[in-house]
Amino acid sequence: MPFKILKKEELVPDIHIMDISAPRIARKAQPGQFVMLRINETGERIPLTIADFDREKGSITIIFMAVGKTTMQLASLKAGDELLDFIGPLGIPSEIENYGTVILVGGGVGVAPVFPQARAFKEAGNRVISIIGARSANLLLWEDKMREVSDELYITTDDGTKGHHGFVTDIVKQVLQGNEKVARIIAIGPPVMMRAVAGVTAPFKVKTIVSLNSIMVDGTGMCGACRVLVGNETKFACVDGPEFDAHLVDFTLLMNRLAMYQPEEKAAVSKYKCDREGCRC
Amino acid sequence: MPVLEREDMPRQEPEARRSNFDEVALGYSEEQAVSEAKRCLQCKKPKCVEGCPVEVTIPEFIKLVAEGDFNAASRQIKTMNALPAVCGRVCPQETQCEEKCILGKKGSPVAIGRLERFVSDYERGKGVDTPPAALPSGKKVAVVGSGPAGLTAAADLARMGHYVTVFEALHEAGGVLIYGIPQFRLPKEIVKAEVEYVKKLGVTVLVDSVIGRIETVDELLSEYDAVFLGTGAGLPSFLNIDGENLNGVYSANEFLTRVNLMKAYKFPEYDTPVPKTGASGGKLWKGKKVAVVGGGNVAMDAARCAVRLGASEVTIVYRRGEEELPARAEEIENAKEEGVGFRLLTNPVRIVGDDRNWVTNIECVNMYLCEPDESGRCRPKPLEGTEHKIEVDFVIIAVGTSPNPLVPRTTSGLEVSKWGTVVADDNGATTKKGVYAGGDAVTGAATVISAMGAGKKAARAIDGYLKGN
Repeated sequence: MPFKILKKEELVPDIHIMDISAPRIARKAQPGQFVMLRINETGERIPLTIADFDREKGSITIIFMAVGKTTMQLASLKAGDELLDFIGPLGIPSEIENYGTVILVGGGVGVAPVFPQARAFKEAGNRVISIIGARSANLLLWEDKMREVSDELYITTDDGTKGHHGFVTDIVKQVLQGNEKVARIIAIGPPVMMRAVAGVTAPFKVKTIVSLNSIMVDGTGMCGACRVLVGNETKFACVDGPEFDAHLVDFTLLMNRLAMYQPEEKAAVSKYKCDREGCRC
Repeated sequence: MPVLEREDMPRQEPEARRSNFDEVALGYSEEQAVSEAKRCLQCKKPKCVEGCPVEVTIPEFIKLVAEGDFNAASRQIKTMNALPAVCGRVCPQETQCEEKCILGKKGSPVAIGRLERFVSDYERGKGVDTPPAALPSGKKVAVVGSGPAGLTAAADLARMGHYVTVFEALHEAGGVLIYGIPQFRLPKEIVKAEVEYVKKLGVTVLVDSVIGRIETVDELLSEYDAVFLGTGAGLPSFLNIDGENLNGVYSANEFLTRVNLMKAYKFPEYDTPVPKTGASGGKLWKGKKVAVVGGGNVAMDAARCAVRLGASEVTIVYRRGEEELPARAEEIENAKEEGVGFRLLTNPVRIVGDDRNWVTNIECVNMYLCEPDESGRCRPKPLEGTEHKIEVDFVIIAVGTSPNPLVPRTTSGLEVSKWGTVVADDNGATTKKGVYAGGDAVTGAATVISAMGAGKKAARAIDGYLKGN
């Protein structure tokens, strides 16, 4: 049962959006969940967060950065092409309630999974403060969509080309030091960013939730490749998460484990480029 | 008088097979099969059948083999067993059908497993017949999980006339047959052919369908008249010792899934890696040292995969002794022939890594066995002062699995034991009306053939339930 790509677009350099026809998954998807996909017979299984879903159209939206062999190959596909396997929705949905004021933090491609949560928090009656960041203005994702579902929206860029010159953590701290009582913070982005957010929010004792992007194989709890240490207990991110209390997560371990396959990932990329572009290797 | 010596089955030589994933046992020729089949005494009251959990009519099919009518022999087997090419390869016949064979009392038993394998391989080469099915009943059954239990239940239910849909979480059907048992013991092409056969019986197989997430069992029950849970025991146990999350430490499930299902042994032709492989492919783990913790079939499979990836040293670390190794004798012998070392009565206490978080050694302690207790087992105890290190690049933990909680957690009114197994009676009926279960999901990790037996019994019970008996 191949899964058809309905729409594909490059949002900003190297970050791509795709709508995939998957009616059974779209029927069930919730914010915070993810899918596993495999492009073709020789492909690997990779996890991607569900960035949006349309129950009527029966489609799931994914956003990904072309950083490795599989995502580069995925980026080369067009509307009308098909994926061999598309599995989900996986993981435990986010807890969405009316907490009062919540801060949603999205870094880089992490803005995509933050969006459906921001929308859901807004719909649940929360006051939503969103902080989205990127390295540079031209890499900033979904400013308009985020603005629509936020009461306040802050933008940060590492190089100062738009919004605050600096990191999302600067704004998180600024908001927490203000008068408003913040009930909960959701942060999704690169592990260093999530670790930094956890560090900033800990002294304020505000419940902070992060979505962990550990290496996955099956995504259904049968192998433990995605294991993380949370409050000194081993958890499987695919079934116990992917969201966890940021103040209990061992980020060093997460980052160490994410680096496990670096040489193989590099080798796969250079082989892929050679196969496509031709080279003397 | 029948000859007492049984036909040996040709096998790849240890030196050759160490470096490939091709099947080790090569199977009988037609002449060997006929000659072996002629050893069968055709007992009036055959004991062998009692030893077969899926009730294959053994003397009948063997008689047909002896007469050279292999197609008829295959049809005979297929009336009872939908997966004979699998069973012929991975059943522990020495404790099942062959244990009961009367010839085994004085000499060696008839090689029932090898004959079953021969017949099904012969038929696969020729194209597969399907046995007749009952008239359509108009009833629908959902089978959750496409491992040995689910496939057997699905095949039997389809032949009873029911409309069967199998839901599989992974992208390929077969369960442990496809992700767990390696290519060199059970070629994946054979599993695929057996799944195709089950489909030919009229069964629909939906892969990429994680029940508990994409649909719950409660939701399935609004569309189906009954549900069979064959979800297995796929949740890996760890040792819960320090260092278990270091890089280079795997559960056997992850390692075997990467190697077998994702074909990491063909990296980079296939995209899924095993680490420290470099770009060249070929001998992926050249020169590496691997410890496999555990003594069951899964441990042997993992160790033998590591050998084939090119590891220079592969060691089984097991806390009990040789006698207590739970793996099949044949697999232990195969592993030894291929150069796998055994450190018995040895237990890891800590896994140690370097500053880059990669495993460098495991600290172990020697163990001793006390006198067996009433249960026949005894807890191995550590011998003080015997702490030592084993230097390794990889550690594979193969100390067992338990049922995946995803389905029980999302199903209302389904009773689960404290070990996470689904509570079911001898016929597979659970505490929830219309829901049956069998295989590892009920027993905890056991054998392929016991799961198939459970699938068969449950199919019979479901058939009765659907007919209002």
